Amino acid sequence: MKILVCISNVPDTTTKVKFKEDNTLLDDSGIQWIINPWDELALTRALELKEDAGNSVNEVCVINVGGSLTEATLRKALAIGADKAIRIDACPSDAYHVAGQIAEYLKENVYDLIFSGIESSDYNGSSVGAMLAEFMNYSGISSVTNVNLDDDIVVSRAIPGGKQMIKTETPFVAIVQKGIAKEPRIPSMRGIMMARKKPLEVIPAAELPVLTQTVKFELPQAKGTCKMIDPEHVEQLVELLKNEAKVL
Amino acid sequence: MSVVAFAKNWNGKFKNSSYELVSYTKELANQMQTNLVIVSIGKITEEELNKLSQYGADRIISVNDARMNVLTSRVYAEVIAQIAKKESAELVVMTDNNSGKAIAPRVAVKLKAGMVAAVQELPVSIKPFVVKKQMFSGKTFGYVQINSAIRVLTLAKNCFGLVENPVECNIDISHPEVNTGLFKIQIISEEEQKNKVILTDADCVVSAGRGMRSPDNWRPVEELAEVLGAATACSRPVSDEGWRSHEEHVGQTGKVIAPNLYIAAGISGAIQHVAGISRSKCIVAINTDPEAPIFSVADYGIIGDVMDVLPRLTEAFRKSKS
Repeated sequence: MKILVCISNVPDTTTKVKFKEDNTLLDDSGIQWIINPWDELALTRALELKEDAGNSVNEVCVINVGGSLTEATLRKALAIGADKAIRIDACPSDAYHVAGQIAEYLKENVYDLIFSGIESSDYNGSSVGAMLAEFMNYSGISSVTNVNLDDDIVVSRAIPGGKQMIKTETPFVAIVQKGIAKEPRIPSMRGIMMARKKPLEVIPAAELPVLTQTVKFELPQAKGTCKMIDPEHVEQLVELLKNEAKVL
Repeated sequence: MSVVAFAKNWNGKFKNSSYELVSYTKELANQMQTNLVIVSIGKITEEELNKLSQYGADRIISVNDARMNVLTSRVYAEVIAQIAKKESAELVVMTDNNSGKAIAPRVAVKLKAGMVAAVQELPVSIKPFVVKKQMFSGKTFGYVQINSAIRVLTLAKNCFGLVENPVECNIDISHPEVNTGLFKIQIISEEEQKNKVILTDADCVVSAGRGMRSPDNWRPVEELAEVLGAATACSRPVSDEGWRSHEEHVGQTGKVIAPNLYIAAGISGAIQHVAGISRSKCIVAINTDPEAPIFSVADYGIIGDVMDVLPRLTEAFRKSKS
């Protein structure tokens, strides 16, 4: 079985975002780029599945749509343990474009299980996984919190207030959220050394339309001052929530 | 031309988010000078459908097919795309919840439509079509222009609100053809905690962080939540430590929520946490540290120990209720 993990290259989640050129472009100076947190957890789960002797996973490949800047992030994925990396050389304009590019690759290269994070922490499009499933006419399972490949393929997913277990067949797209792996792995020194020798293939982009574009950014306005309440008189807060904020 | 909106029901019942979607799309259809078509899928009564007419739904297509009582994103996307084509939709909208996240991208691919997820307000312009949405999990806003002839949007919950607009309503029953192969999904088990307030739906959320000091100290949080009819939530370190379930984690990598009232107890307010709660209408922070960043985003603050303040608050809310 072969697993493909879709990787988005995003600014570290502690980044204070800034913009340039009249707020039309992200100012990427000083940004530290990371593997999108959900994609990193998906990669961790994929590697666990490969290491589990009972499973027949023989390849974990990571794929990214992006410029050469993202190669450092892909090398990190290799250092964590992925067997190979693919970079589709295109600007990741929007989810439609990214999913379309990955679908073009999948049409020529068969994978049984495709992991995609629930969203990317930068543009929050939350659509690549489901779009990819649709482009490929695969089933897609959303809100996935676990994937087991023991005898049957059983996927756990979070539903409001509970969980659901689904039996499924390959190929399918698992759109994963937190819980899919306990915590992301940190690359070891040996992993970093080995990553240098692992294949990182760059393939040209397919001709696909770009349907949306972000034309401007705007930082939210600072909030007004916080009204302090005496901890000895919390009944004042109840009053304010009722009559001033009107949220009770 | 039309605006097609998919109003999801839960076991034959609509929620406020369904009414909010109708309110939003009615206004949008007016702005675009076109008709609104509401799509409902699965078994539902006429009486329930008529509730949508309170918010401006004058035409509803009800796909009253028992096979569709269980939501399968492939089937729903197929049905919605078929209707959108038949109604010459230039815009398809649904709520940004779990099902909307699963269905809308599929509809977008079927219709070759540019899509924007989790918009919060009406478009800033129709020609060109530009919408505003949160990006970087609320650290910023972005204006996105959609260049395709058909567009797909999902609407973030609790942003637009409900707008009453009672109209006469026509209900058409429709039976679209769907490839039966798409129904194959085998659910082996399902667990649901009954009577629990669902975090992403909750009007009021009581959330706690490391300031609680131990997972054994959660009783005051739960008591306050009970009095308020609130859902409970937590910060990332708390869920990472296993003090509370991942289901409760709100923040950039957890759930992004927008309740009317968010009470943050013993949460310092790291940038990633604030990203998940910034759309809340009112934020109350309780913390021992007056310098905690949570106070810079809060509307009301109490400096004090959560173990001392929470029981007092519970008591005060209880008194005001009786």
